[in-house]
Amino acid sequence: MSPGVLRVAQPFLNIGRFTILMSSAFMSLRELKTYRQNTLIQMVRIGIESIPIVALAAAFSGAVTTVQTAYQLVSPLIPPKIIGAVVVPSLTMELAAVVTGFILSGRVGARIAAELGTMRVTEQIDALEAMGLNSIGYLIVPRVLAGILMVPVLYVAACVIGVFGGLAAAELTGVVSSAEFILGAREHFDTFGPYFGLIKSFVFGFLITAVSCHIGYFTEGGADGVGRSTTRAAVMSCVLILVADLILAVLLL
Amino acid sequence: MIRVENVYKSFAGRPVLQDVSLKIREGSTQAIIGRSGSGKSVLMKHIIGLLRPDRGRILVNHTDISKISYNELRKIRRQFGVLFQGGALFDSMDSFENVAFPLRTFTAKTDQEIRQEVQTCLDLVQLSNVGSKSTSALSGGMRKRIALARAIALRPHYIIYDEPTSGLDPETSNTINELIKNLSHHLEITSIVVTHDMHSVLQIADHVAFIHDTRMHWTGTTEELHQSTDTVLRSFVKANEYVIEAHHSPNSP
Ligand SMILES: Nc1ncnc2c1ncn2[C@@H]1O[C@H](COP(=O)(O)OP(=O)(O)OP(=O)(O)O)[C@@H](O)[C@H]1O
Ligand SMILES: [Mg+2]
Repeated sequence: MSPGVLRVAQPFLNIGRFTILMSSAFMSLRELKTYRQNTLIQMVRIGIESIPIVALAAAFSGAVTTVQTAYQLVSPLIPPKIIGAVVVPSLTMELAAVVTGFILSGRVGARIAAELGTMRVTEQIDALEAMGLNSIGYLIVPRVLAGILMVPVLYVAACVIGVFGGLAAAELTGVVSSAEFILGAREHFDTFGPYFGLIKSFVFGFLITAVSCHIGYFTEGGADGVGRSTTRAAVMSCVLILVADLILAVLLL
Repeated sequence: MIRVENVYKSFAGRPVLQDVSLKIREGSTQAIIGRSGSGKSVLMKHIIGLLRPDRGRILVNHTDISKISYNELRKIRRQFGVLFQGGALFDSMDSFENVAFPLRTFTAKTDQEIRQEVQTCLDLVQLSNVGSKSTSALSGGMRKRIALARAIALRPHYIIYDEPTSGLDPETSNTINELIKNLSHHLEITSIVVTHDMHSVLQIADHVAFIHDTRMHWTGTTEELHQSTDTVLRSFVKANEYVIEAHHSPNSP
C-alpha cells in the first residue's frame, strides 16, 4: 500500500486491531482465576490510588458550579434552594463522571500506556509469551476489569464529595444555606441522574483502560515510541470520553 | 527436534529472512551466527512462534507451530526457556521474583520449595545474594544472568540464548559459556545460541549456522567451520578473532 492509502486506512486498521485485541481479552476471561491477583493490584492502582485527585477535582467542581449557578440565578423571583436543584443533577449526570474521566485519562491512561509500552519495547511482553503465558490475559484483562469496576466507584465518590464541595461553597459565600441547598436538591431529585452517571462512568472506565492498553501494547520503536504512546493514550482517552459523553446523552436522554 | 523449513520473512516489504532452513538435533547445541542486523533474533522469534513466517514452516517435534491454535502453541512454548537479548526482566518485580515467576505461574510448588528452586538457579548463575535487588540496580551482566536463571527455572527441554555473552567481560562470558555447556550436557537440554561471539561458539557449539545477506549462507559442525574455505564465513570468523585477541591483550582498557 502507498503511504497515502495507508494513512487513510490507518484508523480503520486500528479499529480492527482494537476489536481483535478486545475479543482476545474477552476470550481469556475463562482463565480469570490466573489473573485474579493482578486484577486486585490494578484495582488498587487505578481505583484506590486515584481517590485523592478525583476527590480534589470533584470538590472544586461542586464548589464552582454552586457559585456560578448562584451568580446566574440571582433574582428575587427565584428561591435560592433552586441552586441545590441545579447543582446536584449537574454533578450526578455530567460533571462527576466527566471530570473523573478526564483526570483518569491523564493519570491512569498515560500510566497504562507507559507500562505496557515499556514492556513491549524491552521484550518483556515477548518474554511472557515465550513462557507460555497469554500476555493479553495477563496484562490487559486485569487493567480493563479494574477500569470498569473502579471508575463507577470513583464516580460515586466524586458525586458525594462534589455535593459536599457545593455545600461548603454555599455556606462560605452565603449564597444559600446548606439546609435550603439540600431541600432544593431533594425536591427535584431524580434517580435517573445517578443511573445515567453510573452508565457513563462504566463506559469511560472501559474506554480509558482499553484504549490505553491497546496503544501501549502495540508500541513500536524504543523509548521514543513509549513517549509517543503515553501522550497518545491520554489524548485519545479524553477525546473518546467527549464523544461517548455526547453519544450517551443522545441515546439515553 | 526443531526444523526450520524454507522460511521467508519481510518487514514493511524489506526481506529479512529468505529461504532459511535449519535442522536442530535433540541434545545438541546449535549456534546461529551472523552480523548485527542479519536476522538472528528474528529467526529465534520464529522458533517460539512470536513471529510467523510469510512462507515456510517451523516444526517442533513434527508439529507445525504456525498451524496450531494459540493454546496449543502456548503448551509447546512451555518446553522452551528463552534468554532475550536485553534480558527482558520484569521491572515490576525484584530479581528473586523474576526467577520465581515461572515457578509460581506454572507449578503448584509451595513458597518454601520455590525459594529453594530459585536459590539453586541463582547459585547456578553465581548470583547467590542479589535476589532482593530491584532489577534496575543490576549491571548489564547481572541482568543477563538473572534472565538466564529465570529461563532455566522450569528445567526446559529447549533453551534459546540470544546473545548470552555480548557486553560481558571475558571472565563472566566464560562462566556463562561453561554454564551453557553444563546445562546442555548434564540436563540433556537442546540449546540454540544466537551470537556473534566466535569465542563462545567454539567453546560450546556442536553445530553452527551462519546467516548472511538474509540467507542461510553456511551450516555445519564446529570442526567443519575450522576447515571451511568459504570466504564470507572466513572473514566473519577472522573479524571476530581480532576482537577476541583485543579483549585478551593485557593493555586493552
Ligand atoms: N518487529 C520488527 N519490525 C520491523 N523490523 C524488524 C522487526 N524486528 C526486526 N526487524 C528488522 O529485521 C532486521 C534483523 O533484526 P534482528 O534483530 O533479527 O537482527 P540480529 O541479527 O539479531 O542483530 P543483532 O546481532 O544486532 O541483535 C533488522 O534490520 C531489524 O530492523
Ligand atoms: Mg539480535
